[in-house]
Amino acid sequence: MADIAVPRAGTAVGAGGRASLHRLMQRKSTIAFLMALPLILVISLLVAYPAFYSIYLATLNKSMERFVGLGNFSFLFGRETFWLVVKQSCIFAITAVIFKALIGFVVAHFVHNIPAKGQRKWRGMLLVPWVIPPAMSTLAWLWLFDPSYSAFNWILAIFGIDPVPWTGNAHWARFAVILVNIWVGAPFFMIMYLAALKSVPEQLYEAAAIDGATWWQRIWYVTLPMMRNIIAITALFSLIVTFANFDIVRVLTAGGPLDYTHIFATWAFRVGIESGDIPLGASVSLFMVPILAVAAWFILRDINQRGNEA
Amino acid sequence: MATSGLSRRAFQGLAAGAALAAPFVRGAHAAGKLSMGFWDHWVPGANQATTDLVNAWAAKEKVDVQIDYITSQGNKNRLTIAAEAQAKAGHDIMALPSWEPADKAKLLEPLDELMGPLIEQNGAVDPTVAYLGKADGHWICVPATVGSQIKGPCSRIDLLKQHASVDIQAIYPAGSPPKAEGWTMDAYLKAAQACHKAGFPFGIGIGGTADSVDSAGAIFSSFGAVLVDGGGNITVKSDPVRQALDYYKQLTAVMPPDIAAWDDASNNKWLVSGKGASIMNPPSAWAVAKRDAPQIAEQLWTHGMPAGPKGRYAPFVPYFWGVWSFSRNKSAAKSLLMHLSQASSVEKMVAASGGYDLPSFAKLTTFKTWAEEGPPKGTLYHYPNPHNHQVLSMAGAPAPPKIAVQIYTQAIMTKMVARHAQGEAMEKTLNWAASELEGFMRT
Repeated sequence: MADIAVPRAGTAVGAGGRASLHRLMQRKSTIAFLMALPLILVISLLVAYPAFYSIYLATLNKSMERFVGLGNFSFLFGRETFWLVVKQSCIFAITAVIFKALIGFVVAHFVHNIPAKGQRKWRGMLLVPWVIPPAMSTLAWLWLFDPSYSAFNWILAIFGIDPVPWTGNAHWARFAVILVNIWVGAPFFMIMYLAALKSVPEQLYEAAAIDGATWWQRIWYVTLPMMRNIIAITALFSLIVTFANFDIVRVLTAGGPLDYTHIFATWAFRVGIESGDIPLGASVSLFMVPILAVAAWFILRDINQRGNEA
Repeated sequence: MATSGLSRRAFQGLAAGAALAAPFVRGAHAAGKLSMGFWDHWVPGANQATTDLVNAWAAKEKVDVQIDYITSQGNKNRLTIAAEAQAKAGHDIMALPSWEPADKAKLLEPLDELMGPLIEQNGAVDPTVAYLGKADGHWICVPATVGSQIKGPCSRIDLLKQHASVDIQAIYPAGSPPKAEGWTMDAYLKAAQACHKAGFPFGIGIGGTADSVDSAGAIFSSFGAVLVDGGGNITVKSDPVRQALDYYKQLTAVMPPDIAAWDDASNNKWLVSGKGASIMNPPSAWAVAKRDAPQIAEQLWTHGMPAGPKGRYAPFVPYFWGVWSFSRNKSAAKSLLMHLSQASSVEKMVAASGGYDLPSFAKLTTFKTWAEEGPPKGTLYHYPNPHNHQVLSMAGAPAPPKIAVQIYTQAIMTKMVARHAQGEAMEKTLNWAASELEGFMRT
């Protein structure tokens, strides 16, 4: 009997296994996972692998023959130029994100108030700076800011104003790279805020109007609370992208004059590729990770808390 | 069941016999494949000379070749080199910018067997070429004609004569040795001041790009100013460095106010616009002027550097060809490099580039291209330093290359010049430089 019972039991297990596999395959989450699997694999290959490889590189010595642990980071902490780059990256990213958000918010309101018939044209035109590849549009800005033949200076000269050293003076150069970043990025904020504005129920404004709310009170007590999550997510996303910016600074100033416009990515390239110190370059670029992780944690925690309150 | 009458052993014997008896047929690509990543030339059509030379060699040697011309725009060539070095896979031959051989020395095939005969045949190479192209006493690459350049002065004949009383053609006559005893750093400064006063300043960048750094390197060298010596010792706090900075401060005072923001195109534009009297550049500025502003090109003369207290140094930027140690066809790669370094091949490359490309061998500096290019005829005669009256120098040398490359790419010299010129105290500038240089000593 026992000889017979064993294969029966095995068959039961096999049938049960097939059934549970069948159930597993019918679950929505499994199907979703399988459908997302190609993308997960691509991301693993193109994002996760380079990320872990750069962590590995950051632990090697200059000639990449010896493990030095956190030695590259402790070396960086002692370098004056590194702290200059940290300071500039923060100035660059924070200033640019604040202005992009402000401009995006104001322009989104303007566009929202345009009658629906003509709104699409304006939306399309205002998105142009964001759609053009920044390396190309920055080239046009480079010609506008050209040290010797700046178009802006030509206009200033018409009014008898002395030429401005747009890329030759540290402060003007910082202004120039931030300005271009705002020009490129503000349309993204505008379109996100416009979408958020359109989702605010009109009844809320009607109720506010009945209560006698002023224009400012409607913005402060209705619009902004309804847009808070979009504002937070957009700011976080933009902060990450702006901190990691490379093309605008590289094309416009290449980090000059006197390193006063270098940000993490451009300095990492200068140190890692151009100066032949790949581990140090990897360390510079990885320094962004904890800063952005802390920012992301605070912002996402805030969004979660609001979600729970709701 | 049908059986074959041929046993396994008999079949093996027949097969081996057939293989031995078969005549040797040399196929079209019997010597294998060879791939090369060459620098994509600025000069239109200049790549064709290299392509023709490679194809002629490939047809003769029965090698299947693949040439990739890789631009240096956006450092694409350096990124490719870095990627191939990391992957230990890629082309067989790579064109290497000046500092790359030292950086990738462990991944490059020694080429002493080529350089010995080439030096014997084509003449000696400048010490700067050996400084950049040798590691541990062995040649690890061959100096490439394509891309190598001297960035000496290119000046307006008329403006120098009119405003500074300098007859640059008399100092550097076409077809004859230079008469440059009086062509010193002081004379250069006086000429710059006179032209500035007349509204046509000299233009030498003090930004972070190669042209600015190369000019600074030569001027520093002519004062004997060395930031790090050959032994790797920091020597920036020295009198020659102070003298060089003081000289530069006087020079920048009579140059355009925006030179701290100049890139490698700015000096060309300055000269071609007609606003400037002199720049430091290979003949590309003159070539652009010939196309876009012929009346200015007719007044341009490429000539030697002024001499400083410690000698006459010219900014030299050699390119190299190297063979990766992971190449699968090293013998073919070496054969091709030998072919490309023959005088007849070099002359074709020089002609195709309109005289821009420079061979590094002493006997190859008198091709007719440089004597005949114009207008004005002979403007390039002194470009390849045919009378050896200048020492060809590399900014950052004589520091060990792994330190020097950082001095070069991080533009320490021009940053020192800019800081001091903008009013920073000399000792503060030197302290800043010393601190930066300490950071370059990592191993």
